[in-house]
Amino acid sequence: MRRDLALHLAVIAGLAVLSVLLPPYHHTNTARIMLLAVYAMGYNIAFGYTGLLSLGHALFFGAGMYATGLLMELGDWPAAVALPMGLLAGGAAAVAVGLLALRTAGVSFMIVTLMFAQAGYLLVMYFTAYTRGEEGFNLARAARAIGPLDLSSDGTRYAVALVLFAVALLGQLALVRSRFGRVMVAMRENEERSRMLGYDPFRVKLIALGVSGLYSGAAGAAYGVMFGYVGASFVATQFSILPLLWVLLGGAGTTLGPLLGAVLMFYLIDIASGYTTAHLAVIGVALLVLVLFAPRGLLGVVRERLVRWLP
Amino acid sequence: MAAVILSARGLVRHFGGLRAVDGVDLDLHRGESHALIGPNGAGKTTLVSLLSGRVPVQSGTITLDGVDITRLPAHARVARGVAYTFQITSIYARLSVFDNVALAVQRHPGDLRSGTMAALARVGLDDRAGQEAGTLSYGHQRLLEIAMGLALRPKVLILDEPTQGLANAEIDTFKALVRGLVPDTTVLLIEHNMDVVMDLAHRITVLNFGQVLAQGTPEQIRANPAVQAAYLGD
Repeated sequence: MRRDLALHLAVIAGLAVLSVLLPPYHHTNTARIMLLAVYAMGYNIAFGYTGLLSLGHALFFGAGMYATGLLMELGDWPAAVALPMGLLAGGAAAVAVGLLALRTAGVSFMIVTLMFAQAGYLLVMYFTAYTRGEEGFNLARAARAIGPLDLSSDGTRYAVALVLFAVALLGQLALVRSRFGRVMVAMRENEERSRMLGYDPFRVKLIALGVSGLYSGAAGAAYGVMFGYVGASFVATQFSILPLLWVLLGGAGTTLGPLLGAVLMFYLIDIASGYTTAHLAVIGVALLVLVLFAPRGLLGVVRERLVRWLP
Repeated sequence: MAAVILSARGLVRHFGGLRAVDGVDLDLHRGESHALIGPNGAGKTTLVSLLSGRVPVQSGTITLDGVDITRLPAHARVARGVAYTFQITSIYARLSVFDNVALAVQRHPGDLRSGTMAALARVGLDDRAGQEAGTLSYGHQRLLEIAMGLALRPKVLILDEPTQGLANAEIDTFKALVRGLVPDTTVLLIEHNMDVVMDLAHRITVLNFGQVLAQGTPEQIRANPAVQAAYLGD
């Protein structure tokens, strides 16, 4: 077996073992983190590998969460059918945004994606009659099940989150090891050269953004169903910035960076909020330290110095 | 009369008041190696940028195998077989030598590893496949750039000052390479090194102030008084 695949399987196996070992509080946290890591992987595909610095990914996460949540809440759809709709909603939102935003690049791209996400947030507010605005809505416990799997119970929730995480992680590995993955990196590194090798930058970036949206939508849909809450905070600007931080911290353009970054940032905020209400300041400081001392993130440094084959 | 593969008629591109390319006609014959020469600022790079699609034309037409490609974006022209190698070396500095060439090789079906190694072997870089491209010497980066162009297996290969900065031994390698390409590939070469031009080119086009000053075989160009005055003479 190839060593990169072995490493990824070991990480998945490690998380499976943790399911048995962790105390309840950290058990729930880890289930959350795995879903957030799926979101971060989606962000990583766009930003880390393709070089698209989006500030609007909360829109794709939110599209998944609200599509699934509203279908279940208002349409009485079973979770098993509503969840894939969330995945598709994330992908469709990303492609729709990409068709317009990818006409720009750099700072303009950041601003346009930020504006789209803001529009999404305002949309949620405008349709308060359905979305209950800022307050959000809870999903009925009975509805949060896929067949016999009760997604509101801790053990099942962890297991299903792990399965989704594993599929996402291995999918990401396969993507970056594929021919298309090489083209994504080529776009990030030198767009003009890539164009002169016959690759259409717009098309490549649109596909990457679409895949990124699928990941984000899947994470949002699963998060809503598994934790039973759909709310506007998940479409707010802060939720677009978080995946950027996770990916930067763990290592942009590394397959395991998103997980590592999500774990560290989650517990950094968790621990900091035990001491101070200004935990956002902690995020700010973390970001500054990161950009100044390790712009390639933790695994980026590990790859540079120690393990060159790290994907 | 040889068959024409790439044909340009009345190409115009002005930058503000600068008439970089000002009504140029050019025919590339299938399988020839054609040199484009002229003083600095004569419009050579702009002309090949128009042909490759990097810069849009203001008027005129370009046809490839009789098909109008004037409005096609650059990447679509590459897909149809017009490849361009950059004057200022443009490689993926942070990727491996292998990945640089693999990006070109993988445009065609077939085994990627063996195809890429073969493409690297043609320019003698196969022993450096794992190296980060940015750490190559300048001459090796130029050769890598050429290897990427070759690996696209183009119908028309446009080389923009390929020997600039190469050592003599590397220039010999390069000349042998281009000789091996024709007549399967048609080569359009911008070149300042007159030895290379006279050695490789079947025909030469001389540009001056964005217009064609002369066109012909190396012997005709050498004997042309207007060319001598504008370019070779002084």
